[in-house]
Parts: sequence; structure tokens; C-alpha cells
Amino acid sequence: MSWRCGCRAAGLLLTVLLCGLLPGAAVASDDLDYGLTPRKVADDTWVLIGKTEDFNRSNGGNIVNTAFIVTTEGVVVIDSGPSRRYAQQMRRAIARVTEKPVIRVFNTHHHPDHFLGNQAFAGIPTSALAATIAGQKEEGGAFTDNVYRLSGDWIKGTEPVPAGESLRPGVQSIGGHELELISLSGHTSGDLVVLDRSTGVLFAGDLVFYQRAPTTPHASIAQWLAALDRLATVSYRVLVPGHGDPVGDGRAIEQTRRYLVWLEDALRRAAERGDEMSELFGLAIPAEFAAIPLSREEFARSVAHLYRRYESETLRRSR
Amino acid sequence: MLRCGILVFLLWAGAVHAAAGDDPLQSPQWTDLKQRYLGAARVVFDPQVVVTGPKVAEDSMNVPVGVKISGLADVRRVLVVADLNPIVKVLEFSAQGALPVLHFRMKLQQGSPVRAMAETADGVWHVGGIWIDASGGGCTAPSVGRGTANWHETLGQVQSRVWPGEQQSRVKVNIMHPMDTGLAPGIPAFFIERLALQDATGREWMRIDTFEPVSENPVFSFDFPGTPPPGLSLVGRDNNGNRINARVAQ
Repeated sequence: MSWRCGCRAAGLLLTVLLCGLLPGAAVASDDLDYGLTPRKVADDTWVLIGKTEDFNRSNGGNIVNTAFIVTTEGVVVIDSGPSRRYAQQMRRAIARVTEKPVIRVFNTHHHPDHFLGNQAFAGIPTSALAATIAGQKEEGGAFTDNVYRLSGDWIKGTEPVPAGESLRPGVQSIGGHELELISLSGHTSGDLVVLDRSTGVLFAGDLVFYQRAPTTPHASIAQWLAALDRLATVSYRVLVPGHGDPVGDGRAIEQTRRYLVWLEDALRRAAERGDEMSELFGLAIPAEFAAIPLSREEFARSVAHLYRRYESETLRRSR
Repeated sequence: MLRCGILVFLLWAGAVHAAAGDDPLQSPQWTDLKQRYLGAARVVFDPQVVVTGPKVAEDSMNVPVGVKISGLADVRRVLVVADLNPIVKVLEFSAQGALPVLHFRMKLQQGSPVRAMAETADGVWHVGGIWIDASGGGCTAPSVGRGTANWHETLGQVQSRVWPGEQQSRVKVNIMHPMDTGLAPGIPAFFIERLALQDATGREWMRIDTFEPVSENPVFSFDFPGTPPPGLSLVGRDNNGNRINARVAQ
């Protein structure tokens, strides 16, 4: 997402004015509850399943899957969610499952719904791929402004905190769990996949969407398809997508792959026909994707993200 | 007494006409905007003036917009405005043989109506438009090219293509230009003011006056009835006097 405004300042001002007029307003915003309920998907392994929606003022950004693994040494968290409030409530949800402390946080990539909760894990080692940390530093401020604009009070007090440690791909053993950290790209320039070899759970991040249309603001479709080829070679028992329900087979990878192949083909064909961006918003989406939540909206966004590349390939230098 | 009655009636009619209910897009700026650009001329909201674009601008610096006028005879010129932009007027075009159709990309500072207002030979303005939501900042952010050292080396370069058809043809052009609005701190307004598609004899088939809200490195698409005239060139200039002159690639 590329948004460039200072709407958060205006939102804060409005909040201050409202609180001045209505003393109860601040109390009401403290009641905002994400209703996070961990779902056990394997031994020691829980997932907080987000809604397959876009950011809005009802869901507060709870549109993403986050997860945690309870090891003998402590809890490993995979993605920290869209806000400080979310991550605070996530920590309480973890505490309902185990008394063990959180000892490690991984961010799968730099999109705001996956890392804006880092603030609530201050003092706990937080790691991500180098490209992810660079993206968090560069775009974290704009992301926070935009998420605030879309979700309002849920985001209040959230500041972007980049991961502190750049991780090296490879195998790490933590508290009896052998975690393979796989460095890929395509959804963004740094996409971390975590395979827990001890339980067979594959945390795919946003390289895999299931029954929720993929988003493309930082995508390279060619790299993304290569990453899916790599994931298809991994053997796992449960795949946790970045968005949508966990699955026990290859259907989520396959759905994401088929959508991306169609998207690229549709945009390339349109460019070769000479279509204009403004003519593409009504383009027919095949039935198998039209039924997926947000496919119409995400297709419109993808036109903005990707179409210029295909279009410029059709034009020739004029003298 | 009769005159007085007419005056009262006109005042009453004027008040109704100026009310927000007059405007299908319910814009707070419509009354002022109409006064400023169309004066006392007759104005109708007309479904034959079709504006297309996204519901939400994903990229406020490049919001794709299409204007298509069908079924209206003798369209003299078309104004495109964004009511709530700091610079309201986006462009004005006049099709003189090309179809009254134009696709382009623009900057939006915030959510706003985007309207096309077409003047026909009888002096009536036909207005159509859509509301596009945007997070904002499109007009006050510096152009992306300003961040590169060599933007001036490609200034005014044109890429183009013709898609010929028997019934209808399309010409698409892309011009390298920062299109600075003058609203980003320390960067003066620097934008293309005039473009025209000319044939080999110098006849103009389409003319556009462009303003600051047109996107950086603008892309325009034009449609022609039947095959386009041979020897088309894109000619124009910016507000600093730099000239654009390129033969359209066939």
C-alpha cells in the first residue's frame, strides 16, 4: 500500500476533541476487544485466525493469521498482528494457554497486519529477514497512518517497531522444536516461511492465501510463483496461510498459484489489447476466483500495482 | 408587479438549483465550481457523459480515469475537474476528428468527485462524474522522478503505440515529465500545458490543455473512428517552454 498522508494527526486531534466533550469516549475505546481465540492446529501449536476482510473499523485489523508455538524453553510467536492493542490481547490469549514466557517473535514480512504488534513485545528478541526489516523501517510510518485511517481507535497508540535482529535462513532448535527458516520472496522482497519439522506445521506467511484474494502492493508475480514451486516440495501436515483457514493438503498453495497465473495473464492480455487501466475495473473475473472474498477489490488494487509494467512493454520509443 | 413576481420566482428557482440536492454527487463545492467554470450557462447532468475510475484510489499519484461521451452531437470541448483537489482543473480536451473519449491518470489530494463537463454547440454543458475515495497526498508529494539524478535526460521523451481497427482504433502515448504541481515544498510548478495529435498535414485531431493534477510521466489513450490518419505526431509544450514533438509509433 502506498499512502502518503498525515491523516493520523487529524484523527488524533478529533479524538482529543471528542474526549474533551465526551468523557466516556476514552473508556469506550479501551473496551475494544478483538476476541482472539487460539485454535490448536498441532501439538504445542495455536493459530489466531483473522477474518477474510480488509481493514475496517469493525474488525480493527484482525484480518490476519498469527500463531504461537509453546516450546519447553518458552513461547515462539509468528507475526504480531496489526496493532499494539492486538498484540497485548494476543499476549493475554497466550497466557490463557501457557504460563511460559514469550522468548522469540518472528515477522514473516513487512506488511502492517503482520508486524505492528511488535511494540507490545518490547524486550523480547524479534527477528525477520533483512529485506523485511528494511521495509519496516521505510514504510512503517506510512503503514501506521493508513491503518489508523482505515481502522480508527483500534490502532490508537500503535507505533511501528522494526524487528531488531536480521535472521539467517537455516535450522534453529528452540525448546525441542526444530524450526527451519526459509527465505523466499514474491509477495514482498522478503518473505519468511517457518517449517516446524517437529510438528509438521508450515507457517507460509502471505505467500499463501486461502479463500481470501491475494494482495499485491509489493509483489513480483514471477518470484511469487517460484516461491510456491518451492513450497510445493515441502512436506507438511498443516499449512497455515497468512490469511484464511489452515489446511492439511496442497489446496491453498494451488488456489494462490492459480489466481496469480490468471492475474498475470489477464493483465498482460489487456495491455497487449491496448486497454486502459480505467477500463479494467469491470473485467470479468473467472467464477472460481469471483467466489473468493475481496477478489473484485483486490483485482482493482492489483491493476494499480502491476499494470504499468505490462503496459510499458507494449509501447515503443517515438522520435 | 409582474416583474417583481418573476424576480422572486427566479430567486426561488435559483435557490433550489444551487442546493446540494441538485448535484447527484452531493459535493459541497458544486455550486461554486459551476459558477466559476460554467458561469450562467445551462447545465444538465447527463448519463451520456460517462466517467470511469476506481471506487478507491490505491495510488493517489496515479488514479486512472476515463471519459467517454457517446450520443451527444457537436461536443466542442470537455473540462475535467476534481471538486476537492487543491488544483481543481485537471485538463480540457477538444476532439476534432478523434472520438470524444480520453483516458488519463491523475493525482488526488483526498476523496473527491471527478467530473467531465462537455459543452455542446448550443452552449449547454452536459455533466457526468463519479466519486473516487483516496487517502490523499497526491498533489503535495514530490514527483517520484525527482528522486533520481537523471530525470532531465528523458524529459519530453515519448513512447507510443497504435492499435488499428476497422471500426475503431486506439492511440496510446506516454510522455516523460515530472508534472510538478508546485505544492510540494521547494519544487516550483513544472507541467505540460498543451498537447495535440496532428497528422502529416498539420491538422489537429485532438487537443488537450493539461494542468498540474495530471500524473507524472502521463499516459493518454485516444480513440479514432476507423483507422487513424497517417503520419500522426504528438506535439506540445510545458510551462517552461520545453517542446514535445514525436512521431507516433505505428
